Amino acid sequence: MNADFSPEDTAFRDEVRDFLQNEFPAEYRGKVDAGIRLSKDEIVHWQKILYEKGWAAPNWPVEHGGTGWSPTRKHIFAMEMGLIGAPEPVAFGMKMVAPVLMAYGSEEQRQRFLPDILQSNVWWCQGYSEPNSGSDLASLKTSAVRDGDHYVVNGAKTWNTYGQYADWIFCLVRTDTTVKKQEGISFLLIDMHSPGVSHKPIVLLDGHSEVNEIFFDEVRVPAENLIGEENKGWTYAKVLLTHERTNIALVPRSTRRLRALRRAAASLDDGQGGSMLEEPVFSHRLAELEIELKALEYAELRTLASLSVGKSPGPESSILKIVGTELAQRIDEMFLELGAYHSLPYLPEQFDEGFQGATLEPGGLAGQGLAYLNDRKLSIFGGSNEIQRNIICKAVLGL
Amino acid sequence: MDFSYSEEQQMLKESVGKFVRQQYDFDTRNRIAASETGYSEENWKLFAELGWLTVPFAEEDGGFGDSAVDLMVMMEEFGKAMLLEPFLPSVVLAGRLLAALGDARQKEELLPALMTGNLQLACAWAESGSRYNLANVRLSARGEGGNVILSGAKVNVLNGPNADKLLVTARESGAVTGREGLGMFLVDRDAPGVDVRAYANMDACRAARISFNEVSVPESARLGKPGGAYEALERVFDHATAAVCAQAVGALDALLQKTVEYSKTRKQFGVHIGSFQALQHRMADMFIECQLARSITVMAAMQLDSEAPWQTRSAAVSAAKSRLGRAIRKVGQEAVQIHGGIGMTDELDVSHLFRQVTGLELLFGDADYHTARFTRLQNAG
Repeated sequence: MNADFSPEDTAFRDEVRDFLQNEFPAEYRGKVDAGIRLSKDEIVHWQKILYEKGWAAPNWPVEHGGTGWSPTRKHIFAMEMGLIGAPEPVAFGMKMVAPVLMAYGSEEQRQRFLPDILQSNVWWCQGYSEPNSGSDLASLKTSAVRDGDHYVVNGAKTWNTYGQYADWIFCLVRTDTTVKKQEGISFLLIDMHSPGVSHKPIVLLDGHSEVNEIFFDEVRVPAENLIGEENKGWTYAKVLLTHERTNIALVPRSTRRLRALRRAAASLDDGQGGSMLEEPVFSHRLAELEIELKALEYAELRTLASLSVGKSPGPESSILKIVGTELAQRIDEMFLELGAYHSLPYLPEQFDEGFQGATLEPGGLAGQGLAYLNDRKLSIFGGSNEIQRNIICKAVLGL
Repeated sequence: MDFSYSEEQQMLKESVGKFVRQQYDFDTRNRIAASETGYSEENWKLFAELGWLTVPFAEEDGGFGDSAVDLMVMMEEFGKAMLLEPFLPSVVLAGRLLAALGDARQKEELLPALMTGNLQLACAWAESGSRYNLANVRLSARGEGGNVILSGAKVNVLNGPNADKLLVTARESGAVTGREGLGMFLVDRDAPGVDVRAYANMDACRAARISFNEVSVPESARLGKPGGAYEALERVFDHATAAVCAQAVGALDALLQKTVEYSKTRKQFGVHIGSFQALQHRMADMFIECQLARSITVMAAMQLDSEAPWQTRSAAVSAAKSRLGRAIRKVGQEAVQIHGGIGMTDELDVSHLFRQVTGLELLFGDADYHTARFTRLQNAG
């Protein structure tokens, strides 16, 4: 056991750091630092810069255009990206549908979809949840009925993050209503531009509509868009859920935010003549979060290390989701409290592209009140933290 | 970065694990706890034969290598079994202090005897007003006719009742809480003026409150430079603190495992209580605590074995002990709660594990103390 990076890995870290300093556009960096959302075009532009460098898909195997990096290098890359605030690849294509295509797609499907995902030519979104199927995902009702060499899809999906940008959606659909609910589900890829597909934005706690409801009305989907076998979709979906657990702990992001929190606290008055960093209760709680982050980081590193010797990521990785999201939310709470009255302004539009007014909050606090609101989603999405606890109980503790 | 055990560490783990599984069951431990000395002399000899007493020492001192990760591997197994033998106080704490501060003559005289199981040591550092501050020492040392006279009292001297010699921190000069002016002296436990009041701690390990009434020792009993013991003391305590974290990790795992097993056998309302989601999620949270406790303990051990500046290593140890303090509260209390009434009884090992981890929670500093120390080290950097 040793905690040090090898000289090669240290050199790699320096290379990544230099690359990000030079190539992550200063304009985007300024926006990220100010909490302003990057537009679709900006995110795609950044992805293409990574693609040119050969770093678009750190977790893909080399044969599909991935990097072939060791777990240590993936960790270094994710950490450096997170520290500078560079957006990760949009997960729905790169980390969700792509691994399913690689594992269960036909050769033709891989040829057709993977290169466009790698080059960020096509924007994907996820079609899992439905208005009446949340944690009980397998109860989903969106139906796909075979009609010749097409499926006819009817129903609604919800919580589609950035569905408004999406060209394609991967969906779990019901293809058999006569069997156990898990056994009648198929995994279908649907072109968002097909006739009969429509979407409606959903305004969230923070006033922003990053998610949508998507409706399917007699949508004809070519049968060649089915992944693997009909009625095996639940198996594929579960593999997806346990496959990509890297960075689920949000360690780089929380590292960056805790540093920013410390900086902001040092520059803000405690109202009693000192700085908030000198305020004993605040400073003590900040240290507790920094300590929690260390525990989480090493929990993640240990998980990654067990992967590198050929073990598959176990359900133990559910703890990374629970602890990572709950830590991120506790950091948000600290920012909220740090801001005091500055956390109260509710101006969702100030973080959108093209906002002309001045921000109201002092440096380091812009948008933190809204971030607190927005991040309540973290413990709900991706399998709520209660579902993650169920997984631990069933798969690890045998309860 | 490497998280795998070396072949030697793997063997050490198996060797210690085999001993505690085969020769240290709960009944055996209870018999040892009730004995005169509170530990087994026979086991101690076996530890010496197996080479375990050499683990926390450098090769040049005749040791196994003084790796914090090696120590972690052993302490975790000891924690599972609630080991009573004074490995931590005599070897990890006092022995390493001797190795860090002693001169060649002192080391030659004592270290081989310690490693062969023929010498018991104890470190007398804490005082009634010191809480966890190692520098807070009132016990005074003054020169008199070529000798040093020690006056004052120490509390919580682990292994004090069984020690042949005591390593005693003493104020030679400076303020009560000053790091400068702190000295360290070797004192025979039976020396005139040494008054030992023995008792057992919560974890059944023996300890003592010891008064030093004008105890005279020769200059040659001094360890290290006059007034210059603090730095070595702090570093040795960092190692011992990481070892305590590892011991707690083993004990917490045992508590989790026993709780989950119990919930699968205990029936109420016609079903196993483990089928209740109200209890399941709490056991999931116990599992999470155990995993985080283990992860941060691994971090502390790896950092201690690294070339990082001492400030970084100390911060890692304080981070670990702080986090362990919280994990101990959570896992310990939930284990008793989920067991219900039977978890309260002396008959069941759960209550003994609970007492052990509660002792470990406070030993060398609780969560709040180490969070504050972590903050100080962060801000200094």
